[in-house]
Amino acid sequence: MKYEPVIGLEVHVQMDTQSKIFCGCSNKFGSEPNTNVCPVCLGMPGVLPVLNEKVVDFTVKAGLALNCEIRERSVFARKNYFYPDLPKAYQISQYELPICENGYIDIELEDGTSKRIGITRIHIEEDAGKLMHSADSSGADLNRTGTPLMEIVSEPDIRSAEEAKAYVQKLRTILKYAEVSDCNMEEGSMRCDVNLSLRENSDAPFGTRAEIKNVNSFKSVERAAKYEEKRQAKILNDGGKVVQETRLFNADTGVTTSMRGKEDAHDYRYFPDPDLVPLVITKEYINDINEKLPELPDARKKRFIDEYSLPAYDAAFLTSEKTYADFFEKALKTHNNPKGVSNLIMSELMRQVNDKQCEINDAGCSAENLAEIVKLIDKGTISGNISKKLFEEVIATGEKPSVIVEKKGMAQNSDEGELESIVQKVIDANPDETERFRAGDKKLQGFFMGQIMRESKGKANPGVVSQLLNKLIK
Amino acid sequence: MDILNSTLNTITSALESKELSSKELVQFYLDRIDKYDGEIQAYNHVNENAIKQAELIDSKRTKGEKLPKFAGVPIALKDLLITGGMPTTCSSKILEGFTPPFTGTAVKHVEDAGFITLGKLSMDEFAMGSSNENAAFKKTRNPWDTEKVPGGSSGGSAAAVAAGLAPVTLGSDTGGSIRQPASLCGVIGMKPTYGRVSRFGLVAFASSLDQIGPMGKSASDLASLLSIIVRHDVQDSTSAKVEQVDYTKALTGDVKGLKLGVPKEYFQTGLAPDVKKAVDEAIKQYEKLGCELVDISLPHTDYALATYYIIATAEASSNLGRYDGVRYGRRAEADNLRDMYYKSRTEGFGDEVKRRIMLGTYVLSAGYYDAYYIKAQKVRTLIKQDFVEAFKKVDAIICPASPTTAFKAGEKTSDPIQMYLSDIYTLSLNLFGGCGLSVPCGFDSDGMPIGVQLLGNYFEEGSILNLAYAFERETNLPKIPQNLKG
Amino acid sequence: MRDLKKEDRLVSETISINDVHHIATLARLKFEETEAEKIKDDLNSILGYMEKLNELDTTNVKPTSHTLDIFTVTRPDETRPSLSNEEALANAPQAENAHFKVPKVIE
Repeated sequence: MKYEPVIGLEVHVQMDTQSKIFCGCSNKFGSEPNTNVCPVCLGMPGVLPVLNEKVVDFTVKAGLALNCEIRERSVFARKNYFYPDLPKAYQISQYELPICENGYIDIELEDGTSKRIGITRIHIEEDAGKLMHSADSSGADLNRTGTPLMEIVSEPDIRSAEEAKAYVQKLRTILKYAEVSDCNMEEGSMRCDVNLSLRENSDAPFGTRAEIKNVNSFKSVERAAKYEEKRQAKILNDGGKVVQETRLFNADTGVTTSMRGKEDAHDYRYFPDPDLVPLVITKEYINDINEKLPELPDARKKRFIDEYSLPAYDAAFLTSEKTYADFFEKALKTHNNPKGVSNLIMSELMRQVNDKQCEINDAGCSAENLAEIVKLIDKGTISGNISKKLFEEVIATGEKPSVIVEKKGMAQNSDEGELESIVQKVIDANPDETERFRAGDKKLQGFFMGQIMRESKGKANPGVVSQLLNKLIK
Repeated sequence: MDILNSTLNTITSALESKELSSKELVQFYLDRIDKYDGEIQAYNHVNENAIKQAELIDSKRTKGEKLPKFAGVPIALKDLLITGGMPTTCSSKILEGFTPPFTGTAVKHVEDAGFITLGKLSMDEFAMGSSNENAAFKKTRNPWDTEKVPGGSSGGSAAAVAAGLAPVTLGSDTGGSIRQPASLCGVIGMKPTYGRVSRFGLVAFASSLDQIGPMGKSASDLASLLSIIVRHDVQDSTSAKVEQVDYTKALTGDVKGLKLGVPKEYFQTGLAPDVKKAVDEAIKQYEKLGCELVDISLPHTDYALATYYIIATAEASSNLGRYDGVRYGRRAEADNLRDMYYKSRTEGFGDEVKRRIMLGTYVLSAGYYDAYYIKAQKVRTLIKQDFVEAFKKVDAIICPASPTTAFKAGEKTSDPIQMYLSDIYTLSLNLFGGCGLSVPCGFDSDGMPIGVQLLGNYFEEGSILNLAYAFERETNLPKIPQNLKG
Repeated sequence: MRDLKKEDRLVSETISINDVHHIATLARLKFEETEAEKIKDDLNSILGYMEKLNELDTTNVKPTSHTLDIFTVTRPDETRPSLSNEEALANAPQAENAHFKVPKVIE
C-alpha cells in the first residue's frame, strides 16, 4: 500500500553575531575548548542574562524575510532538563509567546510549479555546548553554549523528501540573503529536525509522527525523510503501529534509530524566565528593519527575468545564492550581455566553484574579468572555442583577459584576404570532397571547417570561413 | 573611642582624622570574631587578607592619597553574595570549596566605596529558611540568647551586627530573610524595592522576589550603605533605571503629617501578645511624632503564604538545577553520569532545599502548571493590587515584622508550615515588590528583641528610612547584648 | 501548548509515593523509602494548604511574573573578555584536555 508522507521541519539556525546571546563572549566558531566562556555562559551561581540586541534585529529580519507576523510582546521561558552541555540545567528559549508567527515561503517543485510552505513560528533560544565522548568518560566544551539560535518551525505542509530538501534549501537561501546567518551546515550553523508521519491519502487525518534529529545537510534531509517513509510504511503494511518517538539520523549509514528508552519521559517545566523581561517590538522598529532588508531571492529572480530577459532557469540559478546574483550584476556593469555572462557563470565558473568547493568570489575569476571574456567573444576578438582556454588562463594567471589574448596570440583571424588563401589551399588539396560539396553534400561543411581550422592553427573566424567556403565552392 | 556603638559616619570621621587606623578597626572586629563567634557561629569564612587590606588603606591615607568615603571600614557579607577570590558557599555542601572568578555588582560597589570585607556570613542554605538551622556549616545562634535562633535566612548577617562582629552587613530578602532576622536579633534591616539593587552576583533563590539589602545598628548606617549599592546595572535586565540617591539626606527626622497605614490583617491571631504590645506602642509613638494613622486593609494577605511558596519554590527548582557537579562545587563519586547527578545533588543539598526543589518541580510539572503556578501568579496580581490601592491612601504601612520573637533552636524544624509562618508578615511585600524594613521597637518578657516593620511603595526607601530614623531618636534601644559588650 | 482553561480546577489530587519518585527523577534527586514517605507527607500537607488559593476567582486576572513594568532590555552586540581556560576550569571537580570531564553518559 502507498502512503502519503506528511512532513514538518524544525530548523535551528545560528545567528552571525559578534557576541553570544546573553553574555559578551565571542560567538566565533573553532576556538580552543572552553576559551569563549565566562561566568554567565558557564552558568555560575549569581549570574544573569542580558539579551544581545542584534539577536532581536536578526530574528525580526528573518521573520520579515519569511513573511511572518512579528509579535508585539514576546516572552523568554526556561526549558528545564539536565545534561552536561547545558550549564544552567535550563535552556532559555521562547515557548508560549514566540517573536515571529504565521509566515510562509514558496518552494519550486521539479515540475516547475511552486508550492507554499507555512511557517508556524520562529523563536529565539540559546545553543548548548558540545560533548566529546570517550570510552569511560565525556568532556564538555562550553564555547558554543549561548550561541544565539532561531528555531524556525514549519507547518506540516511538506509532502515528499524532495520537497523537504527544497524547503531547507530555500530557507537557507533566504536567510543568507537576509544576512542573519552563514547557514554553514558543515559547521553546524544550520541543523534540522524532521517530523514525519504517513497517511493513506491526502484526505486522511495525520498519522503518528516520529521526530528525526541530527539531520545536518540537504542530502541528509532527503535521505532521512526517505528512510523514515520506508520504515513507517513497512510497519503499517505489516499491520503495526508507528510509535511517537524521537529518532536519531546517522549520516554514515543513512538509517534512523530510536532514542526511546535513552531519555527520561521529558517534562521540561517551561515557565517565563524571571531574569528576563518581556520583549516589546514597536511598529517603528519593524519598519526600520524592513527598510534595511535586502531584495530577497524571489523578487530578484523576477527582476532578472523582467529586466535582463533571462530564461527562468538562469534567473533561478543565479539568484539561488546572493553571492551569485551579486557577481552576475557586477559583471553586467563591465559588459551588458546578461545571457552571455550567465552562460559563462553557469558553465566555466561553476565548474571552478564545484572543483574547488569554494565561494564564487574565491573561484579565481573576478566579475570584471568574466565580463571581459564575454565582451571579447561578442566583439569577435576571440572565438567561442578559444574562450574556454582563455578562461582557464585567467584562472591560472589572474591576468586580464585582453592581456592574455595579446600575449598568447589568441585573437581569431578575420582577415578575408589571408583566410581566402587558406580556404583555397584546402579546396585544392581535396578535389573529391569539393566536388561532392558542390553537388550538395552539405555534411562536408564540417570536414572543411576542421581542415581550415587546423591550417589556421584554430584562429580562423568560423563565420568568415563559412562565408568564404560557400563563395569559393560554387 | 566606643567603636561598637559608633555609626559609620563617626567611624569614617575618626579614620579621616587618623584618631583611629583601619588596621585597629579591622583588628577590633577580628578579635571580637575570635572571642565570640565560636558561640554565635555567624561566619562561614573570615577574610585572611583583611588586615593587609587595612594596612594598605592606612598607608595610602598617610601618604595623603584620595580615598573613597568608607575606606578601611569593615563590612561582612551574606555567603550568597559572589565574592571573587573568596569562597561563596550559600551555606551548602554542594558549593563547598567554590571560589568564584568574578565579583557581584553590589559587592563591587561596596568594595569601590572602600569597605573591607571581614568575611562571609552563615545563612539558611540557599536562603531557604527562617531560623538559620538549615545552614550546612554554621548554625548561627541569637546573640541575645544563644539557645535561640537568629531568624533567617540572613541569620548570620543579623547576628553579626547584633553581636558586634561587624558594623554593617549585607543580606538578602526573598520573603523576609532580612527583616525577620533583623527583628529577631534587634537590628535594623531593609529590603529595597525589587530592581533597586542589582541581583548580578546574588546567588538566586527566587529570581522574581530576591533582593539584596543592608543591615546595621541604625537608620543612618542603613542609609549610608544603601546609597552605595543602589545603582542601575546593565548586567541585570530587571534592574530599575532610576537615579542614584543619597539616602542620608532623607533622614530629617520630620515625619509630621505622614499617613501611616495600619493593616488590620496583620494584627490577628497568631501574633504573640508581647510583639503586639510593642508594635502597638511603636504605632502610638509615631502618632506622637505627628503621623496620621489610617486603618487599611490588605484583603489578600491570607493568600500570600501559599502564593509565595508556589512562586518561590518553582523558581528555585529551576535556579538550583545548575548545581550538578559538572563545572564547580561538590561532585559525588559515580561511574556514570546519571548516578553522578543523583548522588551529587542528593548528598549536596540539605533537607529543606530538597523539599523546596521537589515542591517547585511539582508545581511546574505537566498538568499542574496552570493549577499552581499560573494561579499563584494571578493571586500575586491581586496581592500587588492590595498594596497599590493602599499606597494611594497612605505614605507607609506599619505592622509587625515577625509574629513571635526568636524561638528555641529545634522548636519548629519538624513542621515546615510552622516554620513558613515565621515569614507571614514579610513575604507579601516581596510579592508586591516594594521596600520594607524592620526597626527594633522593644523586648519581650524574656528580653528578646522585637521589630516593627515599615513598608513603603516602590522606590520609597528614603521615606521609610526617615520614619525609622525618627523612631530611633525617640527610643534609643540597646543594639548589642550586655554580655557581648566586653 | 498548555491548556490555559484548566487552571481554575480544584487541586484535590494528593501526591503518591510514585509521584514523589517521578518528581525526584525530574529534579535529579533520590530518596530512600522512609525519606520518600516523609517528603510525600510534607508535600501533601503543603499542597493541601495551597488549596486555599482556589477560594479566589481569578478568571479575569492577569498573571504577574515581573513586579516592575520593565520591558525590552538589551545590550549592544559587543564582545567582552572571556575567562581563560584555566580560570574556567578552576572550580571543576574534574577536567581533562581543556574540557570539563564527566563520567560516561549511559542512556
